[in-house]
Amino acid sequence: MLPRLLAGPPLAAGPESLKDHRRRLGPLAPVADGRAVIDVLASSGLLGRGGAGFPVARKWAAVADRSAGDAVVLANGAEGEPLSAKDRTLMATRPHLVLDGAELAAEAVGADRIVLYVGSEHVAAGTALHSAVAERAADRRAAHRIPVTLLAAPPTYVAGEESAAVHFVNAGDARPTGTTPRPFERGVDARPTLVQNVETLAHAALIARNGDSWYREIGGRSTRGSALVTVGGAAGRGVTEIAIGTTVAELADLAAVRGVPGAVLLGGYFGRWLSADEAIDLPLDPVALREAGSAFGCGVVSFLDRSACGIDATARIIDYMAGQSAAQCGPCVFGLRAIADATARIAGGTAASDDLERLTRWSGQLAGRGACRHPDGAAGLMQSALRVFADDFVAHARRRRCPVAQGRGRAA
Amino acid sequence: MSGPTTGEPVALAVDRIRCDAHGMCAELLPEMIDLDDWGYPIVATAAVPDVLLADARRAVAACPLLALRFRPLARATMRVPAAARVPAAIPGG
Repeated sequence: MLPRLLAGPPLAAGPESLKDHRRRLGPLAPVADGRAVIDVLASSGLLGRGGAGFPVARKWAAVADRSAGDAVVLANGAEGEPLSAKDRTLMATRPHLVLDGAELAAEAVGADRIVLYVGSEHVAAGTALHSAVAERAADRRAAHRIPVTLLAAPPTYVAGEESAAVHFVNAGDARPTGTTPRPFERGVDARPTLVQNVETLAHAALIARNGDSWYREIGGRSTRGSALVTVGGAAGRGVTEIAIGTTVAELADLAAVRGVPGAVLLGGYFGRWLSADEAIDLPLDPVALREAGSAFGCGVVSFLDRSACGIDATARIIDYMAGQSAAQCGPCVFGLRAIADATARIAGGTAASDDLERLTRWSGQLAGRGACRHPDGAAGLMQSALRVFADDFVAHARRRRCPVAQGRGRAA
Repeated sequence: MSGPTTGEPVALAVDRIRCDAHGMCAELLPEMIDLDDWGYPIVATAAVPDVLLADARRAVAACPLLALRFRPLARATMRVPAAARVPAAIPGG
C-alpha cells in the first residue's frame, strides 16, 4: 500500500500536526532494547536514502557498538542536490515522522543528543521542524526524552556529505575532512555519531511501528520497501513515493511525463545518464541500477526532453559541480574546472582540437582522488555523458554543430 | 621516516587536502606514481612490490607536506564497504 511516508493529509496542507500525526499512526513506543530495533531494521533490508545506499542496520550497529550512551544523531536534511526535492518535501509535510525516526535512532544507538541539520534554503522544512520540536516540547506525552537542536546547513552541494556535516556542527565549516576517523567512530564533539538522511529515519519510524515484514510487503526483486523520488523534466519537478522496483516507464506514466525522452538522468548530479532505450524498462532498485551501470542515488529521475541538447545539459551540471568543489583538493579544484570548461567549449561550438580527447582522459583520472567523493560523482556523471551522447559530442567537438538544434530547426 | 617492516603488504595513500603538487613522489617512484596535467599524483592502488619498497620509503620521506604515506593494504580495501562505493554519493546515508 502506497503512499507510506507521505500518507495522511494532502501535501499542500503543509506540516501535519502532532495531534493528527499521533491519531493517524499511534505513538512510537520508547525503545526498551536497542539491539532488537537494529535487528528489525536489518531484517527489513532498509538502505540509506541520502545517496550511498548503505545498509542502515550496519550503520546503527557501528555507532551503538562505540557509544557509552553519549552518541549523537545527526538527522541529515541538507539536501544540496539541485534536482532533488524529496527530503525538503518530507520535512515540510511530515516533520513528526522525521522526529520519530531521529528519536528512535537516538534511543537505539545510545545517543543523548539529536541535531537536525536542515538546508538553510529549505525554508518550509526548517519552519515545520522548528514548530514540530516546539509542539513536542509542549506536549507532556511527547516531551523530548532527548534534546534536539535545529541547525541550518549552508546551501552548498557538499554540506550534506557526512564528514562535512559533522565538521560544520563542530567548527562551523561545512567542508569534508577526509575519510578517517569516520563519523561513527569520532563525530560531533568527538563522540560516535550517526549521520542519517531524514527519509531513512522516517522509514525507520514506520518499520519500528509496523515491523520488517510489513516493510517488505512491497518492493523490487533485490531491494524491498518504498522510496521517495523526485521526478524532473520539461514540465517541472515533483516528489512521489514509489515501490522500489517500479520501472522508469511506470514512473513516467505515474508522473504524467509526456512524450519520449531523449535520455534519462538517474541519481541527480551525482548520478548517471542513460539513453531512453536503456532506461525505460529499468527497475528503480539500487541493486538492479548498479548492475546496469547506473545509480539510485538520492532517488532523482530526470527526463531530458528530446528537443534538449544533452551536451548542453551536461555542461551546465558539470559547471555547477566544479563551482561546488570545496576547493581543498587539487584534482577536484583543477580537474573539475578543466572538465567543465572543456565541456562548455564543446557545447558552445568553440572546442579546441584536443578538447574531447582531454575530456575523456581527465574524466577517467578523477575517481578516488579527493578527500570526499565529490570528484568521483562528477567524473562518473561526465563519463556517462560521454558514452550516452557520444555521437553528439563528436558532432559538437569536431563539426561544431548540434544535431538536436538542427533537428529542432527542421521540425520548425 | 617510519615505513613498513617485512611481511605486511602496504599500499600508498595521499592526503588530498595536504597535497600541493610538489611532485617529488613521482620523481622518486615513477613506477607507481604518475602526475596529472596539474602536477597532482595519480597513485597506483596496488600493494607496493618488495623491489620498490626502498624507493617508496624515499618518496614518502621526501614529500614536503607529509601528504604521502603508507597504509596497510587490508585496511585500505576494507575501509569503504562495497555497497557505499558504487554508486558513490555525497549526502550522508
